[in-house]
Amino acid sequence: MNGAAPRLEIRTPEGVTFALPLAGPVSRMLAWLVDLAAITAILVLFDRLIALIRPLAPDTAAAVRFIGIFVLSAGYGIALEWRWRGETIGKRVLRIRVVDRRGLRLSREQVVLRNLLRAVDQLPLFHLVGGAAVWLSPVAQRLGDIGANTVVVRVADPAVPDLDRLAPEQFNSLRERPDLEARLRRWLPPAAAVVALRAPRGTDARAHTHFAGWAPTHQSVRSPRNSSRGPYGTGEARIGSPIGIREMT
Amino acid sequence: MIVNLHRFLERRRPVWSEFERRISAAADAPFQRLELDDLRRLIELYEEVAADLVDVRELGGESELRAYLEALVARAHAEIHALREPAVRWRPGRWFAESLPAAIRRRWRAGMLAIAIYAVGAAFGAAALIVDPAAREQLLPFDHLRRPPAERVELEQREMSARGDRGEREYRTFAAWLWVNNVRVSLLVLALGMTFGVGTAAVLTLNGMLLGAVAADFVVAGQTRFLLGWLLPHGAVEIPAIWLAGQAGLTIGGALLGTGAAARPPLAERLGAVRTNVLTLIGAAAALLIWAAVVESFLSQHHEPRLPYGIKIAIGVLELGALGAYLWRVGRAGREATSG
Repeated sequence: MNGAAPRLEIRTPEGVTFALPLAGPVSRMLAWLVDLAAITAILVLFDRLIALIRPLAPDTAAAVRFIGIFVLSAGYGIALEWRWRGETIGKRVLRIRVVDRRGLRLSREQVVLRNLLRAVDQLPLFHLVGGAAVWLSPVAQRLGDIGANTVVVRVADPAVPDLDRLAPEQFNSLRERPDLEARLRRWLPPAAAVVALRAPRGTDARAHTHFAGWAPTHQSVRSPRNSSRGPYGTGEARIGSPIGIREMT
Repeated sequence: MIVNLHRFLERRRPVWSEFERRISAAADAPFQRLELDDLRRLIELYEEVAADLVDVRELGGESELRAYLEALVARAHAEIHALREPAVRWRPGRWFAESLPAAIRRRWRAGMLAIAIYAVGAAFGAAALIVDPAAREQLLPFDHLRRPPAERVELEQREMSARGDRGEREYRTFAAWLWVNNVRVSLLVLALGMTFGVGTAAVLTLNGMLLGAVAADFVVAGQTRFLLGWLLPHGAVEIPAIWLAGQAGLTIGGALLGTGAAARPPLAERLGAVRTNVLTLIGAAAALLIWAAVVESFLSQHHEPRLPYGIKIAIGVLELGALGAYLWRVGRAGREATSG
C-alpha cells in the first residue's frame, strides 16, 4: 500500500467525486482481534448452553456443538456485516466498515463471498496472506475483498460545521467583503486563505503578518480576468502584505 | 458559485439537515421500501448537496465543510445508487429446480476441469500405489487406512457381529464432525480459486490421489466388494460435492485469468459476473455434504453381516443415478434464465 492515508476516489454518475479514507492493515488487524474475542465469548456461552443438554443426550449435544462452533465462527462475519451494513463488533470499535468498491451498498452476495474467501486470506496462519494482500493492494483489499469487489473504509462522520463559528461578527473584516473573500480564496493556497478568513476580529494585523511571512515579497495583484487560473502557483501575482490586500479592494 | 460563505451556509444548512435526516432514516431501515414521494425528495436533495459540494470545492479551503458534504454525498451515493437486491425472497424450490442446475451448466468447463483434475489425481494415486507399494505409508496418510485391507475388513465385520445395538457409537457426533470437516475442505477448495485456480487444482489432485490409492489398495487385496459397499453410499454424493466446490474455485480462477472471453472486461466485472454462480455451487456442495455425512455415519460404517454389501452398493448406485438424472433433466428450461 502506498502512502500514509490512502483514499478511494469515487465518481458518481452525476459527475461529483468524493473520497473514502481506506482502512489500513493495522486497524483491520485490531478489528479482527476484537472480533476474535467476541467470537470466543459467543462460543464460550454456546458451550455452556450445550453443557445443559449433554447429560440428557450426549451424542446429540456433541453433534450440535461441532456444528454450532463452525456455524457461529463462519457465520459471525456474514450475519453482522449483512445486518450492520458492513460492520462487525470489531469494525464498529475501530470505526471501519466494509463497502462496495464503487461506494455502493453491499449486496448479500458480496458479504457472503468475502467471508467465505477468508479461508485463503487466513493462510498459513494469523491472516498472513490477507494481511500481505492488504499491504500490497493500492486500495487495501485482501483476497476476499478482491473476489467480492469490496473495500474497508474508515467511517467518516464529520459534524456539520458550526455556523456560529463562521458568523461574521466572530471574524475579521474580510468576512464582510464577499468579493474580497472570493479573491482571497482564488489566489491564495487554501490553508492560507482559511487562516486569513478565520482570524478573529481584532487580529487582522496578525493575519496580515501571517501573509507577510508566507510571501514576504510584495507583488502586484492582477485581475482574475487577466489570467485563466488564479495567480497562486504561477508566480504571476501574490498578495504579500496588508497593502496588497488593500489594493485588491 | 459561492460569493458569501456565511449566507451560503445559512441558506443551505436546512437542506443538508433534511438530507442527513432522510438518509439516516433510509439507512436505519434498509429493508423498508421508500414511498415514491420520499424517494423523489431524497434524489432532489442529493442532487442539491452534490452541487453544493462542487461549489465548496471550487471555493477552496473550508476543509471541514467539504469533508462534511463529501460524507453526506458518499452515504447518499450508497443508498441511492445501490444495486438493490430484488425484494423476492430466496425460494429453495426454485433454487433447487432452476438456479443450481443452470449454474452447473453455465460453468460446465470449470466443472469438467475439476472432474478431470480429480481423475488425474486418482489415476496417479492408484498407479503410484501399484507401481511402488513401498510408498503406501506416504500415499495413505491416515492410520486407519494404513492397516492392510484384508485385516481391516475382518476387523470391521467382527465388530459388526459383536455389536449389540447402534447406540454404542456416536453416530450423530461423527456425522457432524464429517460435515464440518468436509465443508471446511470445500471452502478451502473454493477460496483457493483466488490463487488463479492453482490451489484449487492442487487440493483436488491430492484428494483424488488419496481416493485412487485407497481404491487400488483394496482392489489389489481382493476387497472390491467391501470397498464399494463402504465408499459408494456416501462417496456417490461426497465426491460430486467436492467437484462442485472445485468447479466454484476454478470458476473464480477463470474469472481472475479472464479466460473464455474474447474481449476481457475489467477484473471486478469478471468476478462480479460469476459471483452468483459461485455461491450457488458452494451452497450446493454444503447441502450435498449434509446428506453425505449422514449416510457415511449411519450407513457406510455398517458392514456385513449386519448389512449386506449388495444393499449398500445398490443404495450408492441409486444415489448416483438420482444425482445424474437431476443434473441431466432438472432445470434445462431455465438454462438461459439464470445468468451471471
